[in-house]
Amino acid sequence: MKPHLAKKHAEKIFLGLALTALILTILFLFTLLWDVISDGFPKISGGFLSGYPSRKPSEAGILPALAGSAYLMALTAIIAVPIGLFAAVYLEEYANKSYLSRILELNIANLAGVPSIIYGLLGLQLFVRFADLGRSVAAGALTLSLLILPVIIIASREALRQVPKGFREASLALGATKWQTVWNQVIPNALPGVMTGCILALSRAIGETAPLICLGALTYVAFVPDSVFSAFTALPIQAFNWVSRPQAAFHENAAGAILVLLVLLVMLNSFAVFIRMKFQKQYTQG
Amino acid sequence: MVTAQTQEAHELCISVKNLSVFYGDNQALFDISMDIPEKEVTALIGPSGCGKSTFLRCFNRMNDLIPSARVEGEILLKGNQILGNSVDVVTLRKRVGMVFQRSNPFPKSIFENVAYGPKIHGLRDRNKIEEIVEDSLKKADLWNEVKDRLHTSGIGLSGGQQQRLCIARALAVEPQILLMDEPASALDPRSTSKIEELIGVLKENYTIVIVTHNMQQAARVSQKTAFFYEGYLIEYGETEQVFQNPNEKQTEDYVTGRFG
Ligand SMILES: Nc1ncnc2c1ncn2[C@@H]1O[C@H](COP(=O)(O)OP(=O)(O)OP(=O)(O)O)[C@@H](O)[C@H]1O
Ligand SMILES: [Mg+2]
Repeated sequence: MKPHLAKKHAEKIFLGLALTALILTILFLFTLLWDVISDGFPKISGGFLSGYPSRKPSEAGILPALAGSAYLMALTAIIAVPIGLFAAVYLEEYANKSYLSRILELNIANLAGVPSIIYGLLGLQLFVRFADLGRSVAAGALTLSLLILPVIIIASREALRQVPKGFREASLALGATKWQTVWNQVIPNALPGVMTGCILALSRAIGETAPLICLGALTYVAFVPDSVFSAFTALPIQAFNWVSRPQAAFHENAAGAILVLLVLLVMLNSFAVFIRMKFQKQYTQG
Repeated sequence: MVTAQTQEAHELCISVKNLSVFYGDNQALFDISMDIPEKEVTALIGPSGCGKSTFLRCFNRMNDLIPSARVEGEILLKGNQILGNSVDVVTLRKRVGMVFQRSNPFPKSIFENVAYGPKIHGLRDRNKIEEIVEDSLKKADLWNEVKDRLHTSGIGLSGGQQQRLCIARALAVEPQILLMDEPASALDPRSTSKIEELIGVLKENYTIVIVTHNMQQAARVSQKTAFFYEGYLIEYGETEQVFQNPNEKQTEDYVTGRFG
């Protein structure tokens, strides 16, 4: 065989392999989605969404879990977004590139890869026991905040770095101080990127089960949390609880809960994409 | 009136003494001394990389933003030293405005672009701000084109309009000196001549230092011209003399287009 022919064959084989891998992945995804939808969709109803857990699978609903997840996400966002953004501003705009700050940076990158159950253990010790918050929404939100902070910081720094140099220069040349420039020009221009990063981080948090179980979030909650100090459950925990029941009917409930979670995730992610597209114009025109 | 103006023109605005600038170990400017007169246009010309922008950025201390940059020597602005750590850079930059090569309006409304300077300097009175915005846009010869859409985005303007918006934004903080780094190099001929006309008017009230690659432009707009080459100030004098009767061979070669 001539060498260029061999090359051509190799290329075809490679293409074939890549295509097979892609098709397999999509197939898996669709099987999974189909499985969840076919099991879960018949369950979705007003009663399911607004009902409380019950011993009878047909009467059980996900309201406490849905409310718990919403509560948890809101509080996590309130805690993690400002801290993450300002940590990123500090690292990107103020920290001098010293040895110490480089170690700090490296650690943040590493923290983003730490298994979530470790954060659960940390949260259990730090928030549930030491800060004496108990198994509350607050403890859960603080733990999830720790979990997603590294991701938010990394995404925010990336967004800050992308703000065109011209805006900073123009602002400083007008006699603005560094802080005025950061506050009036840099942060507003980085905000779409920061928000996209935060939403993606939050959508990771909303699906987390391990750290919450680790904290001791309850699996059977028959009430909607009424304050940040009340006990809670969340959608993935509810699903986990139902899957571990022996009765098949509960498994359908689990599929329903997972479907609701998936819809929430798709909504969050579409919102992130929407923000990105809406603000991209500003940049390309500038 | 012409004579009155030339008399005024002899007053000194900026005095540079033995200025050297380094980027790390590389020296970009060598021992520059130069006096820039008030309310005239001084053009800086020279081949790419000869240090024109570096020189210009010394006057509003923008080189401070580059960690590796180091400036030695003296620059006196109306007799006051502007180099050194004790100088209040914010006040300096209020007095010395700058217009950049790439027009860089903020992604905000035209109004907010111009109002930004006065606002960060503490002005809150809405009427006063509106007055300054209108006044600055008029000075930049942009008012008639944008007065009906002050609250639309500055980024929606044409390239030439954007650059005049940037000039208006700089004028809004009431500087005495205007630095322009190739303000028209990205513009079409019509927008360019508009900017040139504007410079001619602005020099009645402002001291202007402009970097340009365009020889005809330097000849048209400036009264003084400085020719830089590889970090050295080769020749500095009346524009007419520098272009028609240069003292140095290098200047002659450059202005006649034999190199650069
Ligand atoms: N931020 C920087 N860091 C290091 N070196 C720099 C920096 N900016 C400029 N220089 C160097 O300093 C020298 C002068 O650059 P400068 O930008 O002042 O030239 P210029 O005359 O404005 O050129 P141009 O006409 O291309 O704009 C060049 O050799 C350049 O490489
Ligand atoms: Mg330059």
